[in-house]
Amino acid sequence: MLAIDIKLWRELWRMRMQAIAIAMVIVSGVAIFIMSLSTYDSLYETRESYYREHHFAEVFASLKRAPLSVAKRIEAIPGVDKVETRVVAYVNIDVEDYLDPISGHLISLPENSLGLLNRLYLRDGRMLEPGRDNEIIISQEFADAHHLQLGDKLRAVINGRSKTLTIVGSGFSPEYISQIAPGAMFPDYKSYGVMWMARAPLASAFDMAGAFNNVTLTLSQDANEQDVIDRLDDILKPYGGTGAYARKDQLSNRFIAEELKGLQNMATMFPIIFFGVAAFLLNVVISRLISLEREQISILKAFGYSNLDVGLHYSKLVLMIVALGIVIGIFLGIWMGVGLSHLYMDIYSFPFMHYVLEPHVIAFAALVSILVAMIGTLYAVQKAIKLPPAQGMRPEQPTVYRITLIERLGLQKRFSQPSRMILRHIERRPLKSFLTTLGIAMSCGIMMVGSFQESAINEMVDVQYNLSQREDFMALFSEPTAHRALHSLESLQGVEHAEGFRNASVRLKFEHRSYRTSISGIEPGSQLVRLLDQELKEIKLPEEGVIITDYLAQQLHIQPGDMLTVEVLEGNRPTLQIPVVGTAKQYLGMNVYMQRSTLNRLLKEGDAISGAYLKVDEHYRKQVYAKLKEMPRVIGAVEQRSSVEGFYEMMDDTILFFTFISTLLGGSIAFGVIYNSIRIALSERNRELASLRVLGFTQGEVAYILLGELGLLTLAAIPIGFLFGIGLCAYLALKFESDLYRIPLVLEPDVYAFAASVVIVSSLLSAILIWRNITQLDMVAVLKTKE
Amino acid sequence: MNPSSTSQSVVFHVHDVTKTYQMGEVQVHALRGIELDLYQGELAVLLGASGSGKSTLLNILGGLDTPTSGQVLYGAHDLTQASESQLTEYRRYHVGFVFQFYNLIPSLTARENVAVVTEIARNPMPPEEALALVGLGERLNHFPAQLSGGEQQRVAIARAIAKNPDVLLCDEPTGALDSQTGILVLEALQQVNKTLGTTTAIITHNAGIAQMADRVIHLADGRITDIHRNASRVDPRELSW
Repeated sequence: MLAIDIKLWRELWRMRMQAIAIAMVIVSGVAIFIMSLSTYDSLYETRESYYREHHFAEVFASLKRAPLSVAKRIEAIPGVDKVETRVVAYVNIDVEDYLDPISGHLISLPENSLGLLNRLYLRDGRMLEPGRDNEIIISQEFADAHHLQLGDKLRAVINGRSKTLTIVGSGFSPEYISQIAPGAMFPDYKSYGVMWMARAPLASAFDMAGAFNNVTLTLSQDANEQDVIDRLDDILKPYGGTGAYARKDQLSNRFIAEELKGLQNMATMFPIIFFGVAAFLLNVVISRLISLEREQISILKAFGYSNLDVGLHYSKLVLMIVALGIVIGIFLGIWMGVGLSHLYMDIYSFPFMHYVLEPHVIAFAALVSILVAMIGTLYAVQKAIKLPPAQGMRPEQPTVYRITLIERLGLQKRFSQPSRMILRHIERRPLKSFLTTLGIAMSCGIMMVGSFQESAINEMVDVQYNLSQREDFMALFSEPTAHRALHSLESLQGVEHAEGFRNASVRLKFEHRSYRTSISGIEPGSQLVRLLDQELKEIKLPEEGVIITDYLAQQLHIQPGDMLTVEVLEGNRPTLQIPVVGTAKQYLGMNVYMQRSTLNRLLKEGDAISGAYLKVDEHYRKQVYAKLKEMPRVIGAVEQRSSVEGFYEMMDDTILFFTFISTLLGGSIAFGVIYNSIRIALSERNRELASLRVLGFTQGEVAYILLGELGLLTLAAIPIGFLFGIGLCAYLALKFESDLYRIPLVLEPDVYAFAASVVIVSSLLSAILIWRNITQLDMVAVLKTKE
Repeated sequence: MNPSSTSQSVVFHVHDVTKTYQMGEVQVHALRGIELDLYQGELAVLLGASGSGKSTLLNILGGLDTPTSGQVLYGAHDLTQASESQLTEYRRYHVGFVFQFYNLIPSLTARENVAVVTEIARNPMPPEEALALVGLGERLNHFPAQLSGGEQQRVAIARAIAKNPDVLLCDEPTGALDSQTGILVLEALQQVNKTLGTTTAIITHNAGIAQMADRVIHLADGRITDIHRNASRVDPRELSW
């Protein structure tokens, strides 16, 4: 090995702790980049191949009831490739020993087949056999949640009649990667299940023999999707069609699409921060190294090493640190990517996950790291290149200090000499002090992002379930029913309060924008459904006009006072002009509310309700639920609260994963910045501090001068970090905003406390590591050496 | 102050002190059995070539280093048995140091460089007074970078004496200075010794300085080879080298 390279290795070894601290920041940047992009690729590829291999449909439509002959007309629509008609029913389900409500979708499946479209992926068991009326295949997630085995039985209340069903298989469907019960916020595999049943028995139970109430289709290559949807709507209109929609609007698909979008954001935003911090750290550390080695650089040059040789020497040092970061970062990134992919497998319902690591992702991460490091150290290395040999032999000019601003203001009486030293040191290098503060602030902000999602979910749940939707049960009727049916619910023992509601599928239009949702007719002065304004105060629902979700108003660019066009997608399908009278704050979905009686009148129907919200005495919950299941009209009873609990259980792992990662990453920045700053300060002031020790300062007093500066910068960084974190969370919330959900920008005090604690612990850790150096300050050497 | 009248009062009693360093695989015997007493109020010059052990001895007297064997008494206190924190306290309250390269704090002005010590001392003089004593009453608010070498060294002397130390230890105080400036510095040291009566030890390899001392202690190869008392102290202004 060349002598100059031996020097390189020794130097690297001598500054190993600093090198590691910088490498950790690069590790973080590379790892999060690779984690996000590889998970993105994995999720994308897995979804694509799953959709392709299992013939996921491209257009979906529900209707009331149409004879099978209608299918022929659908097949004849230009651009339609394959058509599959189905019977789909929403039912209540009973699993033995599980007393909370379970609802589910029963979907018809051709016998001895996994379906033409949306084909099942059978994990266990077998297909449904002809002639056996009571067989079902259940979704794997539901089976796992309830520990159901093949051969186990469960009961479904089908059209008012309880039927015992035997599980013969379990599997996955591309149509239900995200399984969220109607009206629910989060997936909850315990209280909502998707199941498949042979068509003949399901159809006969639902009076659908020779008919269908759901159709899905794929398109030929040259198809015009919107044209197909319009024609399909025309065909289904007389049969109670509720409006066809494309794959991009399919609920499960949309959740995945939102997730992919989030990963892409993560892949860009965070690495930028990490690489920026790494560049800054490399700059300060290499600058210091080069100024310490002025003499050596001059000697090398005096011996005939060229400027290029010297430049390469220090560039190699930088590259070695970066290379260490890249290699560890790649492995950590892969590990985190695999972990995150598996988390997605848990949250979503994928039968398989292809972990995809594109070589270009790794290459790009490496390239960006190297580039950023080179740019960061350009100035310092250039200084070494340009140093004239003779000048390097002379000591550097003594550092010039000035009276600080604070002292010029006349406050110096308040400061001891050590405190003045701290202040003057900070003020002498304002840019470096500022960047150090910024670096620590960023680590603080990043850590806030990690725990932000828990705060946000708490807020969403609180607003949604504690303030807005206050019912214990929602009972859904099979079809609009006379309001007096409410009495039978009210009279159940334990029901404290019941309110009917009328829901209707609608398409909203304003100017050229439109959105498909449902309109809810609720009781004015409802105790169970409360609409809230931006300050979370209740809004009164007026007799005429609608109140719409704030985000919906934004999307449609509609304001209170404007006239909203409402195309009702059921019954006589009237098109109505209704004024918007207000907006309501909601984090979930995009909904439209009006008084039920007004909706009844506009739909030209009597005093009808689609279902009821019930407030139930805690002690009677199970009895009430049991009674509800027996009611033939009630096709589903949803208990929102239990699904929230289930969701929290499921999210524990996810939250833990993200908290772990953000702590690791944020901590690495905090430690990298603080440790390196102290090390450099120690090296710059080694002589001065040792002199003070000789003069009788204790180790603690000397440490105060050295660490006080960093302590001050750290304390200044924390509030800046809070602001930075709020900005980062706001940016994320904005990026994740969709019609499915909006993430509230709510940061509970413990989010701040946690971020600040990690920063402080990182500082303390750095201080402890440095303490050894302080105790070893060489007092004797300092008397004999020149600066 | 007449040194003979105070010769009975011993400030430092050094008995059979040796110091051995391990330098890699080589053992360096820096001190090989030193016997020495330093008296209250005297000005002693420790003279020796580089490597003679004079700095090691001064470091041990100053509580910066401990001997390998032997005993060093400061008054009744055994410095060889002192803990790290006792040594810090000893330096803090009893010793004034002057270094070859001044070792001023670049971020503090002349006045503040003195104050940094007086703030932790027990009975200090005001920094201004200490600086006036070394002839720098006019440059109180200058930073080290704005002072000449001789001025910086005089700030260092002011810093050393401002705490009213019992002993003043100077390690090659003129080593980094030209002779004219060096004489100014030595004058300041003599002034302090005379007016405050501070026991002063100056180490130097410059024999010319020896004439200003009460006693001259010669060191070579870790041993004291000669101690002689000057009949009279020569004023630094009359020294030359």
